[in-house]
Amino acid sequence: MAYADQDTGHHAGPDKFIWKYVWSQDHKVIAVQYGCTAIAVGILALVLSWLMRMQIGFPGSLEFIDPSAYYQYVTMHGMIMVIYLLTAFFLGGFGNYLIPLMCGARDMVFPFLNMLSYWFYLLSVLILLASYFVPGGPTGAGWTLYPPQSILQGTPGTDWGIILMLASLAVFIIAFTMGGLNYITTVLQARCRGLTLMRMPLTIWSIITATVLGLLAFPALFVSAIMLMFDRVLGTSFFMPYIVHMGQALETGGGSPVLFQHLFWFFGHPEVYIVALPAFGLVSDILSTHARKNIFGYRMMVWAILAIGGISFIVWAHHMYVSGMNLYLGYFFATTTLIIAIPTAIKVYNWTLTLWHGNIHLNTPMLFSIGFISTFLIGGLTGLFLGNVAVDIPLSDTYFVVAHFHMVMAIAPIMVVFAAIYHWYPKITGRMYNETLGVIHFWVTFVGTYLIYFPMHYLGFEGMPRRYYAYEGYEFISESAHSLNEFISVVAILVGVLQILFIINMLMSLKTGKLAGANPWNATTLEWQTPQTPPAHGNWGDELPVVYRWAYDYSVPGADEDFIPQNQPGELGDGREVGDDTGHSSGEGAPA
Amino acid sequence: MTTLIKTLAEKPWLSGHDGVGVPAEVAIFDLAKEKVGLRAFFAVAASLFMLFVVAYRLRMVYSDWVPVQDPGVLWLSTGLLVVASVALQVSSIFMSRQHDQRALTAFYVGGVCTLLFVCCQLVAWSELSNAGYLVSTNPASSFFYLLTAVHGLHVIGGLVAWLRTAIRMRSAEPGAARIAVDLCTLYSHFLLLVWAGLFYLLLNS
Repeated sequence: MAYADQDTGHHAGPDKFIWKYVWSQDHKVIAVQYGCTAIAVGILALVLSWLMRMQIGFPGSLEFIDPSAYYQYVTMHGMIMVIYLLTAFFLGGFGNYLIPLMCGARDMVFPFLNMLSYWFYLLSVLILLASYFVPGGPTGAGWTLYPPQSILQGTPGTDWGIILMLASLAVFIIAFTMGGLNYITTVLQARCRGLTLMRMPLTIWSIITATVLGLLAFPALFVSAIMLMFDRVLGTSFFMPYIVHMGQALETGGGSPVLFQHLFWFFGHPEVYIVALPAFGLVSDILSTHARKNIFGYRMMVWAILAIGGISFIVWAHHMYVSGMNLYLGYFFATTTLIIAIPTAIKVYNWTLTLWHGNIHLNTPMLFSIGFISTFLIGGLTGLFLGNVAVDIPLSDTYFVVAHFHMVMAIAPIMVVFAAIYHWYPKITGRMYNETLGVIHFWVTFVGTYLIYFPMHYLGFEGMPRRYYAYEGYEFISESAHSLNEFISVVAILVGVLQILFIINMLMSLKTGKLAGANPWNATTLEWQTPQTPPAHGNWGDELPVVYRWAYDYSVPGADEDFIPQNQPGELGDGREVGDDTGHSSGEGAPA
Repeated sequence: MTTLIKTLAEKPWLSGHDGVGVPAEVAIFDLAKEKVGLRAFFAVAASLFMLFVVAYRLRMVYSDWVPVQDPGVLWLSTGLLVVASVALQVSSIFMSRQHDQRALTAFYVGGVCTLLFVCCQLVAWSELSNAGYLVSTNPASSFFYLLTAVHGLHVIGGLVAWLRTAIRMRSAEPGAARIAVDLCTLYSHFLLLVWAGLFYLLLNS
């Protein structure tokens, strides 16, 4: 029998520090390792964004920022944020911590593989960072790494940087695959008794769907990375067209750069949902808990998650309208892009309706969750603009895309990362965070990000191109655009620096925070019902929990308290029954 | 599919069979976790090879594509992989009937044939390079090396698992390595299937 689903027995963990906290096979430790590494590398990417903003807002003020350095910042910032921070944090961090606990398992089904997954992830990060120490520095090809430019001389980092980037991505994908196989098998096979699929919290539904997307989509990145590596190192011509470079014809030629784009975006668009879906799930559970109300339309939410996952595989070419494509293909991808907005909109409506008439507790996790709805809505609406071919083409190379992309793919998920860290911090550490600092952190981040990205929409409409190193001397860029860039840069640096509030809060609360107790939020899901907080090795003491109900029994009429944990028997959670046919929670807000 | 739709139509917030208070056995497959994990891995590997095939088909329409004369030794390597797959299946059957010694013999045959398959692929590489087709000569030869290398790496990974299983079969209690043998067998069938697809593709370049 797998350790993950052992019913009873003694589950003392390893005693030695190195086995307990370094070479650990405990999913909770691995989750924290993932989280801390992702935050560390994310801080580097944040600093890179400050350097970019200094160049855009105050060109020439930092002498060491030349065009090569600028493009290296752009590339590393984008890749780190999307892959090494958000993907790793949501799936490696929250996935690892929450899947076994929410499923009532003792651990992942393959703990050794899980440990390897983290160490491969760390290795991928180290390979990526090594590119700062090789001749030519990291690649400056842009985060999409489009050939031929990414491997042609003249682009920063073509000597070693691009090789290390591709190697790092390949190792990351191996790490993700090891983790992903664990998540899938654990959810399919190791849920505790009573936890049927439709009783799973939406967090699990969304993480597992995102994992499936990752397992099927990351191979596309792997294939493109390996083939590009061949082109760069072995001189093949998978993607390299005929090129005359500095007056000389290159030996390579005949390849298709557009083939790379198809492969990249076949991964790249599901990647948006690999990040977004876990955010959807986490925020659903946080909203329901802090509104003291069952999630509105649970079944619809599950269907929407699955629909988004499926449709996300047939929208990729909307990233390539400007690459040139058959007119009817453009129609097809524009249509699928608009169709995917339907299940996404269902989710936004259902979050809003979950809040409707709820007993809303405006604490830090709730504030960040509401912040997520707001920023995701704005980012989603601008996505409708860009999904249409005719509108996308003039806007594609402008700051409108930067604004859209950051609202929907950066700020919205980061809001959820913060919401989820604050929400589960008491379970992870056993202590409460400082609420005042948390609320200040929210307002600084929420208002600050709007001040940064809202004006970028205007800059985009005005025609300010993205990817430029310097914007002086262009008549079509107005003086007000320069002033706005200065403003954005100042706010970006300020908001970035003030994230220190979060770090201080997390670190100080480890020592000085109030003891949290097992279930400070009076939540229903299983991770809050562990016998110890933080949960000990094996999670559940002598016996695994048994689940009797779904995850959203909040404010049930007739119940003594406003929540009934999933492992409480009886319709009212205390052994009492309401009656065979009267669904006690099928009143207002329950799905039909 | 019907079961899936039925599951997704459940109303967990209601009383009754799919609602409150009825604990149920919940594992989706009546299989060992290792077998479920391996099947999930097949989905990932299938996605990987399928994307390589798509890239191959899309690249071969360009004018610089010069078909490669596939080395004849590939037929031998294909035969070896078939024998390996059959031998491992036989080993698995013997394991289930508790004929441990016969199972071990068949398992050895399977592993040795797989190893010979890898050697044949290296011979094919050598023949191809001697014929003047290097990795960068033209996209068809590039794909030949790339596809056989990726498939070969998967085979070598399988050989590592085979070696570990063989050691367990010799040292463990009878039947203790049964799941491992089943996994090796399944993996071998999968790689044979993938190779059949790749070989067909290479022959029709």
